[in-house]
Amino acid sequence: MEKRMNASLQRPEIKLQSLKEDIKEFFKISGWEKKLQNAVYSELSVFPLPSHPAAPPEHLKEPLVYMRKAQGSWEKRILKSLNSMCTELSIPLARKRPVGEQKELLNKWNEMGTDEPDLSLFRPVYAPKDFLEVLINLRNPNYENGDSLSFRTHLGLIQVPLKVKDIPELKEFFVELGLTTGQLGIDDSTQVPPELFENEHVRIGQKVLAEQDSAAAQQYIRQGSPTALRAELWALILNISSQPEDILYYEQLKTNVIQHDLLVDSLIYKDVKLTASNDDYYFVFEDYLYQVLLCFSRDTSVLGHFAYNSASPPKSYIRGKLGLEEYAVFYPPNGVIPFHGFSMYVAPLCFLYHEPSKLYQIFREMYVRFFFRLHSISSHPSGIVSLCLLFETLLQTYLPQLFYHLREIGAQPLRISFKWMVRAFSGYLATDQLLLLWDRILGYNSLEILAVLAAAVFAFRAVNLMEVTSLAAAEAVLADLSTLKVMPLLQIFLFATVT
Amino acid sequence: MAGKGKRGTDIEKSVLINNFEKRGWIQVTENEDWNFYWMSVQTIRNVFSVETGYRLSDDQIVNHFPNHYELTRKDLMVKNIKRYRKELEKEGSPLAEKDENGKYLYLDFVPVTYMLPADYNLFVEEFRKSPSSTWIMKPCGKAQGKGIFLINKLSQIKKWSRDSKTSSFVTQSTKEAYVISLYINNPLLIGGRKFDLRLYVLVSTYRPLRCYMYKLGFCRFCTVKYTPSTSELDNMFVHLTNVAIQKHGEDYNHIHGGKWTVSNLRLYLESTRGKEVTSKLFDEIHWIIVQSLKAVAPVMNNDKHCFECYGYDIIIDDKLKPWLIEVNASPSLTSSTANDRILKYNLINDTLNIAVPNGEIPDCKWNKSPPKEVLGNYEILYDEELAQGDGADRELRSRQGQSQGPKGGRSRDSGRTVLTTWK
Repeated sequence: MEKRMNASLQRPEIKLQSLKEDIKEFFKISGWEKKLQNAVYSELSVFPLPSHPAAPPEHLKEPLVYMRKAQGSWEKRILKSLNSMCTELSIPLARKRPVGEQKELLNKWNEMGTDEPDLSLFRPVYAPKDFLEVLINLRNPNYENGDSLSFRTHLGLIQVPLKVKDIPELKEFFVELGLTTGQLGIDDSTQVPPELFENEHVRIGQKVLAEQDSAAAQQYIRQGSPTALRAELWALILNISSQPEDILYYEQLKTNVIQHDLLVDSLIYKDVKLTASNDDYYFVFEDYLYQVLLCFSRDTSVLGHFAYNSASPPKSYIRGKLGLEEYAVFYPPNGVIPFHGFSMYVAPLCFLYHEPSKLYQIFREMYVRFFFRLHSISSHPSGIVSLCLLFETLLQTYLPQLFYHLREIGAQPLRISFKWMVRAFSGYLATDQLLLLWDRILGYNSLEILAVLAAAVFAFRAVNLMEVTSLAAAEAVLADLSTLKVMPLLQIFLFATVT
Repeated sequence: MAGKGKRGTDIEKSVLINNFEKRGWIQVTENEDWNFYWMSVQTIRNVFSVETGYRLSDDQIVNHFPNHYELTRKDLMVKNIKRYRKELEKEGSPLAEKDENGKYLYLDFVPVTYMLPADYNLFVEEFRKSPSSTWIMKPCGKAQGKGIFLINKLSQIKKWSRDSKTSSFVTQSTKEAYVISLYINNPLLIGGRKFDLRLYVLVSTYRPLRCYMYKLGFCRFCTVKYTPSTSELDNMFVHLTNVAIQKHGEDYNHIHGGKWTVSNLRLYLESTRGKEVTSKLFDEIHWIIVQSLKAVAPVMNNDKHCFECYGYDIIIDDKLKPWLIEVNASPSLTSSTANDRILKYNLINDTLNIAVPNGEIPDCKWNKSPPKEVLGNYEILYDEELAQGDGADRELRSRQGQSQGPKGGRSRDSGRTVLTTWK
């Protein structure tokens, strides 16, 4: 951006004498001021607030020591699993493709879904339920809550004391979802005349886009995005614009894919085949998923997000040089090992973007802003641990009878809702509903809404759930979420339930 | 015993049987007295034929019109549409307006089609105008993609040439009637794949025309990426969307069956192309369905004992223009996936609710105007009586508005029953 700005400064209007004012004026007129504002806003949204100057960099990743330790051991386990798969199958973690194979892949680039290799020996490195077990065993060594049960005792699976919001705080946080504010997902239904809310909301959306203001867009989208404007709004909020250098970067990644084969490629392949290919909504976009995820694995710019992610990229060593730092490489190059269901983070985006490099950029930004928190152990309010605790606390506090009943029959609610939250509900909700939900994730810059929705779903099906007598039956009641309308559920749970 | 009708069926499909049983209808064979009969097209032919036919009584209903083939046979459909267009042109109707190239502005929704062998010479003339084009050959009376092939050279259809020297050696049966249409080689692709739309349309009467569109249509995707390359012209998995064909492909998936709902399509198009062009597309689809029915209405035997549920096949090209490919009289009731079964079950359920209200013994004298509550997933597509009530010139005004493009388009009703914004 700096380079472009400098280039555009070579203009006759800018004179040396009044340099400062001229530049300010020029920025305003040419739209650069807006772009700068958006860029700054974007950084503010992503990076944590400045902390104590003496805090070491690990604190930026994760301030609590026991969380860091837990994440570290989890990572070791994953890497061990990956390495053993590697040894078992005698497949190198990475290898250069012979020229013939490169050519073939280039030809097949748009239809990698067909003619698949034999993936039967590959297994996903881990599945959400494995991760849940780790979270269940998390303990804060400094916290002693005693053996005696009291009304304060948390009856759920998560046993670490993190601060989570209660309903009054959530109502304040999500104030725009209140009953008196118009919402897309509720007030655009067929029975409501569009003049009441929808038309005006669309008009405002178009204005926001014309102004190209990220902050305004983020505020606007809290009430939902009209389908026709969503692709642009998300790009604006995530501060993505497809510049020639972005397209070039994507092409470079594609070249990396062609030239080298990584073990994780097979994992990605397998994941897509197991999940998105069988999905009623996303099967059409199978080939896009390979194009995005294979490039993603090779994108070293993703390593930047580990500065504020409690996780750290796995390190591997060039053969024979174990332990020598000069020969350490991050594996995969982007440091992210995919797990079962990972491709579902990309799938819904295919409904919005059909140009591969734009789709790629949007996904990458969504990942480094939000999705990474769903599978790393941290104390962040949007981290999966907090989400689980928020979910369980909401249920225990506001639906105690249901919570107690499910616990008694061996159906801890988190066991059912965990997979929804880890995937940000992708693959569980109908796509139009999912997009309305993700609108709010962007709007509030927080994943807490996932926990609230999970609790709202349980509240909605409470009557049926009270009658079940086993975990399997509870799973069955909650197996099909495809008919749910998320906004009414959220609104009722937060604003219309007598607590 | 009020209303326990007796019913028979030629088609043993669970979606039908379950619906009959749900209404408490008693199964009988065709030789016994029956009130409702779900007939195959062969049986309909027999029932209404001059020699073997019989009169239906007032309490009997069947699921086909006697000469449905005016719409459902590929050659007759095209003939009727061509005739309809010429009539409108003669009347000076604005609907028949043409552009500077001589193409109909509002009625150009069927690809250029010729009958073979009858129109062979006309076809050759047209073919020579653009010799690099691809044409699709379809047998008039077959279904499920059987017998269809693509050609891009005249030599490939020499058999159908009327002057062909071989014709005297060829027996009559091999010169089966075919239609040859300009192949739409620029279909709209999603995920790189070709798809078509299957929409269900129920007609309860042709004069006055009353038809309903089923809201839950679906898209059928090919399992293989689309390519217009001439080397793949023989690959039916690239070009033909029929499930009967695709399900034999290597990549056919039994969970989703390569099908998308129309609402998915709508969401995708609105998100990637914008709301106006998507609404325009769907309005055009409704328009061409109604026009096709209007085209055959004058020649249809509007027997009051009949109703019919058609399967419309529509292809959208990459300029978002819909094309009518064909109309099926007996859309498949086989279910390829679990969702499919639910959809088709509900389709039959809603169809029967409209055709045989209250599930009682039918009475053909009723006015075929069901109350709104029984429509289920059907929406009124066009009701001629209602339309005539509001005056005919609204139609002309709104059609002319359309030539200015989406901005000149008609305004929506305050409600969402947008299917009847134009008449």
